[in-house]
Amino acid sequence: MKLSKAQYDEIAQFLGQVQPTRQSLRKLKQKFPSQSQSTLLSIFSQEYQKQVKRTHAKHHTAEAVETYYQRYLNGVMKNAAAPVLLELANEVNFAPSLMARIVLERFLQEQEQAIPSKTLINSMLRDPSQIPDGVLANQVYQCTVNDCCYGPLVDCIKHAIGHEHEVLLREMLLEKNLSFIAEDQLRAKGYDKTPDFILEVPVAVEGHIIHWIESKASFGDESSHQAYLQDQFWSYWNRQDTKDTKDCTRYKNGRYKNGIEDELYGGIQRRR
Amino acid sequence: MAAVLELLLREEVAASAVVRWLRQGSGPRAAEENHIHEKLVSLSLLQKDFVPFLLNFLREQTSQILTNGPSTPAKTPNSKAHGNQRTGSERRAGHATGSNNSRVQLFSERTSVTSCTTDTSFSPAAASSGSSSFSGSNLSSPCSDFPSMVSTSSPSFGYSPVLNHSEKRSSQKASLGSFLTPMPEAPPVRRGRRKGNSSVSASGRQVVRDLGRSLAEDEDGKSESTSWSAGRRKQSEVPLVSARSPPSQLNLNNLEEFPPMGAASGWTNKSKPSRRINPTPVSAERPLSKPKMCFTSTPVSQSPAARFPSGTSLEAFTAIQEGNLTSVVGSNLQEEREMLKKERCKLLHQASSPAGLSLDPGTPMKPSYARSASLPAESHLVTCADPAKVSCKKQLECLAQLYSSCIAENLVPNIFLELFFVLQLLTSKGTSAEDGESDLEVNEGSEDASRKQHFRNVHNCVYFAVQVLDYQYEIISHLEKGTLKLLAENERIASFSPTLHEKLRQAYESSTAKVSLLLPCSVQSVSFQPETDNRSNFPSDRAFHIFKKQRDIFYELLREWEDNHEKTGWDFERVLGNKIRAMMAHLSATCNHSHFARLFQKQLIQMCKGPIGGGTSWGDTPDQDVLNMLGSDNLSRLKRLQERFVVPQSIRGPCPSPSFTGCQQFFRDFILSAGSYQFNQHLVDSLCLKILELDGLTLIEHEHSDGEADMDEQDEKKRFTVVLLSLRLLAKFLGFLVFLPYRTVEQPTRDLLESAVALRNRTQPVLDVLKLLRQSVRDRHAILTIPWIVEFLSLVDHIAPFLDYYRKVFCLLLQIYRLMVLSEDKEMSFLNKLLILAVLGWLFQVPSVPEELFFTTDVRKEGLMMDTVTSTRALDSVPLVDQQLLYTCCPYLGELRKLLASFVAGSGAKNGGFVRKITPTAAESLAPKPSVTQRKLQAELEQAFFHNQPPSLRRTVEFVAERVGSNCVKHIKATLVAELVQRAEVMLQDKMKEEDANHDKLLEEVCAHLYEEGAQALVRGREFCKKKGPEAVRVLLPDETSAAVLNSAEEIAMELATEKACGWLSANIAALIKREVKATFNRMLKVPGLPLPSEDALELRRDCPPGCQHHAPFPSQIINEIKDVLCIAVGPRDEGEVIDYVWLECLLGRLSQTLRCRKFMCPTSEQQLAKCTVELASLLVSDRVPLRLGLKPPEKSSERLRVKNSPTYCLLKQLLSVWKEDFGMPVPLQLMFSRKNIAYVAEVKQREWDLFLFMLRGLVEYDLMGISEIESCLHSLKELPWPSDFLKELEMLSRVFISEHNLEEPRTNPCELARQSLGTVTAQS
Repeated sequence: MKLSKAQYDEIAQFLGQVQPTRQSLRKLKQKFPSQSQSTLLSIFSQEYQKQVKRTHAKHHTAEAVETYYQRYLNGVMKNAAAPVLLELANEVNFAPSLMARIVLERFLQEQEQAIPSKTLINSMLRDPSQIPDGVLANQVYQCTVNDCCYGPLVDCIKHAIGHEHEVLLREMLLEKNLSFIAEDQLRAKGYDKTPDFILEVPVAVEGHIIHWIESKASFGDESSHQAYLQDQFWSYWNRQDTKDTKDCTRYKNGRYKNGIEDELYGGIQRRR
Repeated sequence: MAAVLELLLREEVAASAVVRWLRQGSGPRAAEENHIHEKLVSLSLLQKDFVPFLLNFLREQTSQILTNGPSTPAKTPNSKAHGNQRTGSERRAGHATGSNNSRVQLFSERTSVTSCTTDTSFSPAAASSGSSSFSGSNLSSPCSDFPSMVSTSSPSFGYSPVLNHSEKRSSQKASLGSFLTPMPEAPPVRRGRRKGNSSVSASGRQVVRDLGRSLAEDEDGKSESTSWSAGRRKQSEVPLVSARSPPSQLNLNNLEEFPPMGAASGWTNKSKPSRRINPTPVSAERPLSKPKMCFTSTPVSQSPAARFPSGTSLEAFTAIQEGNLTSVVGSNLQEEREMLKKERCKLLHQASSPAGLSLDPGTPMKPSYARSASLPAESHLVTCADPAKVSCKKQLECLAQLYSSCIAENLVPNIFLELFFVLQLLTSKGTSAEDGESDLEVNEGSEDASRKQHFRNVHNCVYFAVQVLDYQYEIISHLEKGTLKLLAENERIASFSPTLHEKLRQAYESSTAKVSLLLPCSVQSVSFQPETDNRSNFPSDRAFHIFKKQRDIFYELLREWEDNHEKTGWDFERVLGNKIRAMMAHLSATCNHSHFARLFQKQLIQMCKGPIGGGTSWGDTPDQDVLNMLGSDNLSRLKRLQERFVVPQSIRGPCPSPSFTGCQQFFRDFILSAGSYQFNQHLVDSLCLKILELDGLTLIEHEHSDGEADMDEQDEKKRFTVVLLSLRLLAKFLGFLVFLPYRTVEQPTRDLLESAVALRNRTQPVLDVLKLLRQSVRDRHAILTIPWIVEFLSLVDHIAPFLDYYRKVFCLLLQIYRLMVLSEDKEMSFLNKLLILAVLGWLFQVPSVPEELFFTTDVRKEGLMMDTVTSTRALDSVPLVDQQLLYTCCPYLGELRKLLASFVAGSGAKNGGFVRKITPTAAESLAPKPSVTQRKLQAELEQAFFHNQPPSLRRTVEFVAERVGSNCVKHIKATLVAELVQRAEVMLQDKMKEEDANHDKLLEEVCAHLYEEGAQALVRGREFCKKKGPEAVRVLLPDETSAAVLNSAEEIAMELATEKACGWLSANIAALIKREVKATFNRMLKVPGLPLPSEDALELRRDCPPGCQHHAPFPSQIINEIKDVLCIAVGPRDEGEVIDYVWLECLLGRLSQTLRCRKFMCPTSEQQLAKCTVELASLLVSDRVPLRLGLKPPEKSSERLRVKNSPTYCLLKQLLSVWKEDFGMPVPLQLMFSRKNIAYVAEVKQREWDLFLFMLRGLVEYDLMGISEIESCLHSLKELPWPSDFLKELEMLSRVFISEHNLEEPRTNPCELARQSLGTVTAQS
């Protein structure tokens, strides 16, 4: 999907201070009916993540944690069936899943008199049935299900999208008769960081040489694209023995580049 | 200065605090920790001077003990006064005006110190330093201060020896002439730094001190630092004395002619080691005698070669053999004895004079000292260092820590110089007599801790040395194996620090860093190359023919030189000079300079780039005939044997002057004799071009390293080595040519310097080394660039370093040096750094590099941009340097080993040391094994073959060999190794099932099993090369190539490829197999559920149903939609928010489709779908999903009807079927019975137990869960704290469910029954 920079900015602006809930997403859909749900969700998720990154620390101070926990306790005391945790998260402007994590962590700490392991917490978030407290289990589940930007469900959806698009990409490459080395092969060869596909024979697209293709199941905005390059691909780029290597990161949900859209392989964006 | 040390030694300040203090001042990484000890804060101005002071302090303290090896002063600035532009010349200027003048200087004391003309050169040692300054092949012009000294020696401290000394020096100093016409018999030796001046300043200071005591300002460090320079100048090697000037004769004469005036005070001064590094009067610095033999306990009866003093080169050696030796030695021994007599008498005299001792912190000279020094026999009694006898441990530890930190932080100018010094301490040989006598009282009383003698005995020295070595373990462990061995076997280390001993032993055992000399390239001419050499490259036939002739002449000259230059009396200039000049005249006539320069340069590279051509002290060129006889295989053995005979005796210290050795001498002498400006210019151009080319080349050629690049890496290393060595060679000659016109014999005076600097600041450098250096730092290929720039700069004249341009270069180098703290990191490998540090350290000690440089230059001036952002695998970060290369580039590092070896040789006999006696046996037959000769002949044949063919043929063959060899390895990896790994995988899986055995052991077992089969690799490799090599050659060579040539080329290519591939394979196949198997194994371990891949994975990888179009919705889409349903079900809900029944039904239908099409499914998606659907079912069962039934409104009236038609039942049925039919993995149905989900039911006001019961039945019916399984789930539910009424209902429910199934009643009424019973329960509650 194409998306111009202006459109992107508009969406991003709209997302300024909303909660990562189904309701917000619905509003978003109404506002931008021309965009697909997944595109909007993807942008939403990314924009929201940026916001969370900014405020993350302040929710994790000892005082904040204590306040949240006490508010949670008071809340469920009054009415265990009410969406206490979810509302708390919305009120303080924090992702429900992350709020659930904070409270759960605090809860376990109190129970076991020790700082619980990350794996235990993750596993409980994934399957709240394991949480020893029934009320909390419900609250946590409510949070994770309702959160459309964080949480195990969202993670899983992202992962699934990633996988699906890799399959699609592979299909397209095969269709175009492009020889490639896939990620698992690369990994077997001992590459630490791998793009999804390396083209064994580079191709030229619109005057640019494409050496490798990385499929990203998320929206490729400028900053995340930069981060990906930093984390993953420059190192690879350098290992290519070519001076004029160009990379190609394919974003599922389209990405802009200074308002000019490049199309690659039937509506999927590429870079440079 | 001393105050700081004082604080440290009195334990008022910890060593770490001093280091912090130092770092704050001089380190580039200043402001990290700014916690400076309060006592040090006030002394902050002294930081810069502290390191030189410390070094000097250590030298001074140990001076008495150190008799082994040359002295090891480092260059330090003469004084603070020099910080601002004062140079050697200025000092000399000071001389001229005498000390009075200097008094009025701002830093009067120092100035006076440096300008004083007295000379300790009384001592033969000093004399020798002077004499060492003359040596033919030494490049740096020795600069004697003789004239000024003579003119200024004032009676007050004008010892006669001064005059004598300088006279002698002047008589033998190399003049410009001698430089231009080097004496072939004169060996390259380290010449004394700045000769007379050195000793002058040192002793001068004493005198000044005596005289100007009233000034009372010579308390501490300020003056201390001066002694540094003094000492440093004395660092000369034992010079070789040529027969033509026996300087010590003069010396002797002078001693007699000029008896010291005011002997008492004079000798008092003398008595303290006068802050020079080597006060040993009759020490290694003797010019003619074999001084070492006096001090090391080498038996006099060694071979002449062995006895030859350090600094010998092969020619010198020969010369001496040729007959000079006996006379020289004879007369000198005589002289020496004479001198010793005098020395002793003076020392005795001095000992009785009280004044000096009290005044000076220096070591008092003791008679015993002289004795030990003079009697070779006595020195045999090496003191057994005993840890128990160490005194003032605490202080020594502090000093060791401080000193080590200075080394570690690169605050010392040359790391290896310091290490050498430490090893000298380690191997110091006090006499046993020394033990007993205690002159401690002399110092004991002094409250001045820094003046106390901490190193007065061997035990202390060794203790200190071992401590420092322990701190520097990391560097040491990177030294070559032989050095490590000697260290590991060193008994002193073993007894002083068993832990270090153990570490060293392990390092030695695991070290692979064997350094051996490579086979020197046989001298070959540069072959004719049509592209550059054919007629079309010349303007006329005449020029072409003349060039041909010149070529012939050149090779004739070369051959003559090769044959004769080692003979005595053969003089380059005399024999070849005119021929060369005649040839040059022809060149000028035809303007063929550029052609000849190219030839000259090519020949230079061809002959000299090998390590031997460029090496200096790591050993002498083995005789070519011997090599021919032994073949290359035995070369290293021969080398080691030779080393054992020769090497320990020729310790020259780790900082030899730059010199030309081996074949390089021919080229240097040729340039000098030719004296042709045109030729030089062309040569400079040609050298610059080549340097630039090579400096850039490797970067491009540097390859990626993917998993299978082991071999490429090796090649890469080799290529790097070749390029680096070539660059160094070229740069050395470029430096020689560039600075040749400015070379002066002496240090210029200040005025001269200033005007010269002003003049030359205007000229452009020929090669912009500054730019290249900056570039190299930025692009991170400093490891390639710095070594050759160092070679280039090592040949600077005295003025160049003061030019703005070169000052910047030096500053930058210094900055790099400071920044390059040794540690293993990503940026640069340890050995890369070590090489850079070693060459830079050496450069800082080169005579013409001003000593002020290191300590006074403000390092922070030039911003050094270390671009850390680039993630490029730049040269610097590749471990390209190994010990072989390190020692090839820095042969002087071998001095460490020699020093240790000499200790073993000396102490071994007495202490039951480690010397293995070499028992010469007659060789079985002088004819080496036929195979070796044959191989050698074969190699020569091949060389000859290529020589006659166009170079492209050779390139092709080499290329093919390289590629085929490399491919062969890859092929083996992909076939044989892969097969073996597969088998290993199976074996491992079997064994893993058997028991939870020790993984490492398991791996070991399996690998051992496979190694045997790995041997097949060689067979297969050979086959591969045999097949592919000739094919490739045939394709690549021109069709017109004659059959015979083609055949030979094919054979050679095949052989080379096989050699390469099989060589690599035989060395690495086992490791390779192990690595691959291990990687596979690790992967196996990581994948959970490993033992089940057969069933589970297969099941998961189910295929799509036949004819699947893959049009099913994406799993992510379905998860997303189910998530939305869950959201609404779990709430919070908006007003009137419902889920459309039809839509949900449709969703489940699509879910089924998605699950059936496997194309886009991945395990995580499927897992999540399973989980979500179970959650959904739970919510449905507890009636939490607000369904909108569209057209059909819910019929609440008839319960029976509801059971049958309720949309929820339909949805549940649909789910059951999806779970049963469509999921490829087990569905976590037990989640339904989780507390959370049951709680949903419990929360419902009017509990819908029939839905739940329906679900239970469905599970059984669809065979998704067993009855007993459900039973146990229900049972465990009862354990939980439910409300009592709910518990009862639960009880009832399970009873109903169980009875239902146990009774196997018809399915018609159980529902009814359940309802009834449940109804009663509800009613009751």
